[in-house]
Amino acid sequence: MLDFLQLTFSGIATGSIYALAALGFTLLWQASGTINFAQGEFVMLPAFAMVGFGLLGAPLLLAFVLSCLLAVLILGYGFKRGIVDPLLRFGMMPIVVATIGLAIAARNGVRAGYSAEAHPFPGLFADKLFNIAGVTITLADVGTLALALALVLGTQAFLAKTVTGRAMQAVAQNTESATVLGIDVPRMVFYTFAINAVLACAAALLVTPTYLAKFDMGEGLGNKAFFAAIIGGFNNSRGALLGGVIVGVAENLAAAYISPAYKDAVALVLFMGVILFKPQGLLGQKVERKV
Amino acid sequence: MNKLHLLALLVIAAVLLGAPPLLKSYGIYLFSTWLVFVIATMGLNLTVGYAGQKSLGHAAFFGIGAYTVAILMQAGVSFWIGLPLAMLGCFVIGLGLGFPALRVQAIYLAFATLGFNTAVWLVMRNEEWLTGGTFGINNIARPSIFGFSLDASLAYYYFILAIALLMGGLLFGLLRSPWGKAFTALRDNPIRAESLGIHIQRYTLLAFAIGAVYAGVAGALFACLVQFIEPAPFTVGASIMMYLMVVVGGPGYFFGPLLGSAVGVLLPEWLRFAQAWYLFVFGTAVVLLMLWLPDGLLSLPDRLKARRQAREASAARTAAAARLGGVNS
Repeated sequence: MLDFLQLTFSGIATGSIYALAALGFTLLWQASGTINFAQGEFVMLPAFAMVGFGLLGAPLLLAFVLSCLLAVLILGYGFKRGIVDPLLRFGMMPIVVATIGLAIAARNGVRAGYSAEAHPFPGLFADKLFNIAGVTITLADVGTLALALALVLGTQAFLAKTVTGRAMQAVAQNTESATVLGIDVPRMVFYTFAINAVLACAAALLVTPTYLAKFDMGEGLGNKAFFAAIIGGFNNSRGALLGGVIVGVAENLAAAYISPAYKDAVALVLFMGVILFKPQGLLGQKVERKV
Repeated sequence: MNKLHLLALLVIAAVLLGAPPLLKSYGIYLFSTWLVFVIATMGLNLTVGYAGQKSLGHAAFFGIGAYTVAILMQAGVSFWIGLPLAMLGCFVIGLGLGFPALRVQAIYLAFATLGFNTAVWLVMRNEEWLTGGTFGINNIARPSIFGFSLDASLAYYYFILAIALLMGGLLFGLLRSPWGKAFTALRDNPIRAESLGIHIQRYTLLAFAIGAVYAGVAGALFACLVQFIEPAPFTVGASIMMYLMVVVGGPGYFFGPLLGSAVGVLLPEWLRFAQAWYLFVFGTAVVLLMLWLPDGLLSLPDRLKARRQAREASAARTAAAARLGGVNS
């Protein structure tokens, strides 16, 4: 039972990181219909940027802030103007393939240009263990969960409460009406891309101490963010949190109680179940077909 | 078919027939792999390009074909029994997966097929009694035809070429038949197609299952080509790569897979001069190619034609305006 609680808790902590990446994923989809197959690489690149700034002598927090700025500029603005804007009107296929190409280029560019090794990454939290009623919990897990939750809920609050956030939601729901209402659509879409870049940076900051900075770290992460986004609901940003936590807990419990070999299959079974019975995701709304 | 098409076809035929005997064994192997992927992506082109479904699990059927033939041949069954069984297996599994998955539309089908691919891959990796796990299956023999052995790599290459032509001919016939027209109709406007009496679910299911059969044939040929199979070539990554080949070549163009597979199989090899950077160059090339020709490589002639027509029309307009101007003055 103690094991179970411990595994569940660390699963929730890992899941909250998946939720960060998944949230960016669903935001991009809602705002611009982009499925970003390079989402994992969007986490990997800032991790290496932080490693780089660290080598230049910047303390971790400064490195994080600088990486966020860089990510907003390149993974937000550059990605939107360079790839998404010109391809959007050709439908989904070219964007999907372009982001696949981008993922291949990013992964192998880092491998060839920097290093194929895994690089250690400074943890944000001290190595400290808590013991609550026999359950051992690390400070890193608590801190990760708290920070990730704060970011996800903060993004939600921004979208729901501020004028800008509501304008962004309007763009996501109906671009034409938003234009008619005088909302600056391209700017709102850019904000979405910027938020995605910052969320990816935060995910990098939280996940890299355990995953280590490696050129292919984005592959698994991207898949899990993808699964989490779909389980929670692809057209609902609250779903990303639920989906991330479900995936994190499920893989932790499955590795311990079922079989490590089929660890990935549990998220998959959940995922297939969701696809079959509630394809719009657990929290998603059904989209009616239009003629 | 105009002269230009005929010329392009002749060049392709000359390369496919004439080039391999001049190559070393690795070159023949690459050409064979290329054709195997042409067969596989022909099927995916039917599903994605003509029927408009988003499938990201094609490598699963590729793997099912390969493992079916490999396991049966290990058990002493002939390739000529294994191949139809692999095709049948892929068709039935394609129907079985497609039936629930096609209830959902568009991107959800992509997710479902992607999940299916992961599941198949896990079975290949973990069920050692059946698939040999990560050790794979060794020493897969090559088939012989009418007593003529296909062990030599060149002979096997021409065998694959013959099968590719056969499968291509069948696909061409299918696409010209009322069935093929129905596939395109439901891609372009599903609701209109439905109101014209096309049973959407039945036709998408059929397109999906036939696409799976093509992957199965390619998988069977692949197993005998490399003679050693393990789970790695059948991952989700491989499916994504096949999707990339179809889109890069030109989805919905009959010869799209031929070019797309060349980009996916031959281009990375050709880029080896870039050494450690070759996959980086490849990825960048794909991004740039998409930006340049979002509808795939084969949309280039159409685009040139459209541009020429626009130029001719504007020239005609200017001429007409000049003539009118001349009358008026």
